Amino acid sequence: MSQSTVQLSPEMLLEGRSISKSFGGIKVLHGIDIELRAGEVHALLGENGAGKSTLCKILCGFERPDAGELISAGSALCLRDWDPRKAERRGIVMIHQEFNLAEQLSIAENIFLGRELRRGPFLDYRTMTREAGAYLRSLNCELDPGTRVSELSVADRQMVEIARTRVGNVRVLVLDEPTAVLTGAESEVLYELIRKLAREGVAVVFISHKLDEIQRLADRVSILRDGNLVGNFAIGDLNREDMVRHMVGRDIDSLFPPVRPLPDDFVKVLEVRELQVRDAPEAVGFDLRQGEVLGFFGLVGSGRSSLLETVTGLRKPPVGSRGRITLNGREVDIPDPRSARDLGISYLTKDRAGRGLLLDQNLRMNFSLYALSRFAGALIRAKEEASAFKQAIDEFEIRCPSLEISAGKLSGGNQQKLLLAKFLAAEPRVLIVDEPTRGIDIGTRSQIYLLLDSLVQSGTTIILISSDITEIIGMCHRVAVMYRGSLAGTLDREEFSEREIMRYATGLKSRTGNSQMKQ
Amino acid sequence: MERHLKSAGPFIALLALVLAGALINDAFLSAGNLVNILARSSFIGIIAIGATFVISGGGIDLSVGAMAAFISGCMILLMNFLLGFTDSVPLIITGALLASLGIGAAAGLINGLLTTKARIEAFIVTLGTMGIYRSLVTWLADGGALTLNFTVGDLYSEVYYGRLLGLPYPVWIFLATATSGYVLLNHTVFGRHCLAVGSNDKVARYSAINVDRVRTTTFVLQGICVSIATIIYVPRLGSASGQTGILWELEAIAAVIIGGTMLRGGHGRIWGTVAGALILTLIGNILNLTDAVSNYLNGAVQGIIVIVAVLLQRGVWSSRP
Ligand SMILES: Nc1ncnc2c1ncn2[C@@H]1O[C@H](COP(=O)(O)OP(=O)(O)OP(=O)(O)O)[C@@H](O)[C@H]1O
Ligand SMILES: [Mg+2]
Repeated sequence: MSQSTVQLSPEMLLEGRSISKSFGGIKVLHGIDIELRAGEVHALLGENGAGKSTLCKILCGFERPDAGELISAGSALCLRDWDPRKAERRGIVMIHQEFNLAEQLSIAENIFLGRELRRGPFLDYRTMTREAGAYLRSLNCELDPGTRVSELSVADRQMVEIARTRVGNVRVLVLDEPTAVLTGAESEVLYELIRKLAREGVAVVFISHKLDEIQRLADRVSILRDGNLVGNFAIGDLNREDMVRHMVGRDIDSLFPPVRPLPDDFVKVLEVRELQVRDAPEAVGFDLRQGEVLGFFGLVGSGRSSLLETVTGLRKPPVGSRGRITLNGREVDIPDPRSARDLGISYLTKDRAGRGLLLDQNLRMNFSLYALSRFAGALIRAKEEASAFKQAIDEFEIRCPSLEISAGKLSGGNQQKLLLAKFLAAEPRVLIVDEPTRGIDIGTRSQIYLLLDSLVQSGTTIILISSDITEIIGMCHRVAVMYRGSLAGTLDREEFSEREIMRYATGLKSRTGNSQMKQ
Repeated sequence: MERHLKSAGPFIALLALVLAGALINDAFLSAGNLVNILARSSFIGIIAIGATFVISGGGIDLSVGAMAAFISGCMILLMNFLLGFTDSVPLIITGALLASLGIGAAAGLINGLLTTKARIEAFIVTLGTMGIYRSLVTWLADGGALTLNFTVGDLYSEVYYGRLLGLPYPVWIFLATATSGYVLLNHTVFGRHCLAVGSNDKVARYSAINVDRVRTTTFVLQGICVSIATIIYVPRLGSASGQTGILWELEAIAAVIIGGTMLRGGHGRIWGTVAGALILTLIGNILNLTDAVSNYLNGAVQGIIVIVAVLLQRGVWSSRP
């Protein structure tokens, strides 16, 4: 490894000069300069909609800039026919914010999708499987290349996405919010991989809203605001506060609003008893107190979403289960999501692209879909709908070049805000939010926390499912920790500590009887 | 802007065809010919309105032609049968109309339930029911044709040939169906839900929409539309056989596609469908009026138009490069 040469004069692998881009006449990138050097991890930081993904798409050929140039290996690239294939041939590849794997195909088939190996007229499955296995192993990943992608966890899918870039040939690897969907441990694996690639001379571009990981991982940081480059910094020259100030344009002193104390004589809004979730080891019960924020913490796959999807009628419990749900003292039947909504219980999915938003429909239709009856008698009252929509766009500060675009064209974070607006339009009394700040910039994140707090103040009760332990500790009155489909325990705010919660989440401790001690 | 231009496509094509017709033959613009075109378009047009709902809801219905034949057969048998009990022809016709609507709705319901509850692909379900209805009517007619009794036929033919304000009744019925379809698809909760289900049924489910009910309803609407089309079709010929309504399903789907509705669901254009149905009839009519292209090539020209329409649309909704 030529570590020393890399450090002395890192070779320029790709350079963008005064890159500009407009969508429908609105400029979203204003003359951005960026330099990607061998062996450097280059973080891109900026608010939702600042233009990070767009910039990366331009670097990797998924969009063409309106002006500016790209320079690779000393020569300017022809941008008129710049496309992902050409980029890939130069070793410039991108892992997108939303994955695009073919769910029904195997890992090997996905890795070779569109460039299948053949022997004569036939597909050469044997070689493809073998090589796919080799790619995966070079990432220290032990997946069987024959497994179907639909059976994989998010983290594994990401490994497949990375393996798909055929690691050996990559010179510039662009990762768009790779850790937004990963747990802490899974992220560590990815960091290790990124460091390894950087050591081997790859230039890594890394978009993230998690400041601590940027501090740990990046060598350089470029910060974008409203499509402008605020600056390009060596990581040592920036502290956390600087990053926030450059990004948001103001200081954020406290991310979380103070947690309001609950009265001692609290009322139970929701009581769930003996609810059997399909494929879960045992039935689960919990209480929700009026006006609280109840966290649900656990590792990915611990069954939090399945449990609350079962509560809200999105998943059927197995036949013959005797689960009971009591809402405000009255036993209720919630056979489908519609009954849940009509009872004032809303579940906001974490899968915004697959289950949350209609990506090919416009923003207004997405906004009003869930609470449509609010705007409709026999006919939809278009004016009322339109004005509620406009109001939501302002209130949630959804940034978009035009209100006519389809939801899929919103930046990731703005999609998340639209999703919130969509479900809050129904004015639920019990709001269940699943990973609500995933992919959200720090400024907006603090706004969402304020919003949740104001909802609590106005009498809404909230269940917050999150894999972000600081978020749980910062926002919740109590936390229910799940481990492998069971409720490992419930902790009151006084007992909160990162270590304690993690002990429950990893199965080291359990309060509900048969504790599963891990060796 | 570009988008508006492209969604105007079917109407521009319609206008172009009218101009072409006018240039080719003076007889084209005669009131008689134009009215004839409108009246002929109405069968396929009305069926295609129903198909717009099914397709924008993410389904497909191949059974409509066979269903039309089957309903025709049933109506004729029923009317002939009722003649043995009562002399009141209006009563007989009313009975047949109600029966027609009932059968249409029931046939649609069957298609819908098989797709949603039994979870079979709409393509397969309706391929199956297409065969069933087609052979049922052949069987009812004993391999020949079912013919409507004269007494009834005389009065009933008023439905096809009668006019209001210079336009035949079928045209008015077409217009009324299209208008209701437009309001239903674009201005009601059901219409929105239908587009949402066609766009992404998982998202629809998570948005508290009863996906199965919406899908089933689109098939029922389709059945009702087929029944309305049949009601105005029966008096035109006064008979039904195994050959009635052959390939109507393809013409209806073609009209929908030409009109700018996407086969993959999520977007529906009722007036586009109306234009599509008119375009299909116009092609036949213009080929009749000119010697330049053989009349036998009607299907080929229609096929080309469908393919061109899809090519033109590709730019309209496409979201990814
Ligand atoms: N294809 C498109 N058509 C129209 N507008 C687009 C398109 N793609 C992106 N935009 C707009 O460009 C702006 C920048 O989007 P981009 O996705 O680059 O933001 P981002 O910095 O990645 O944000 P996030 O952190 O939320 O992912 C946004 O306002 C977005 O709506
Ligand atoms: Mg982005």
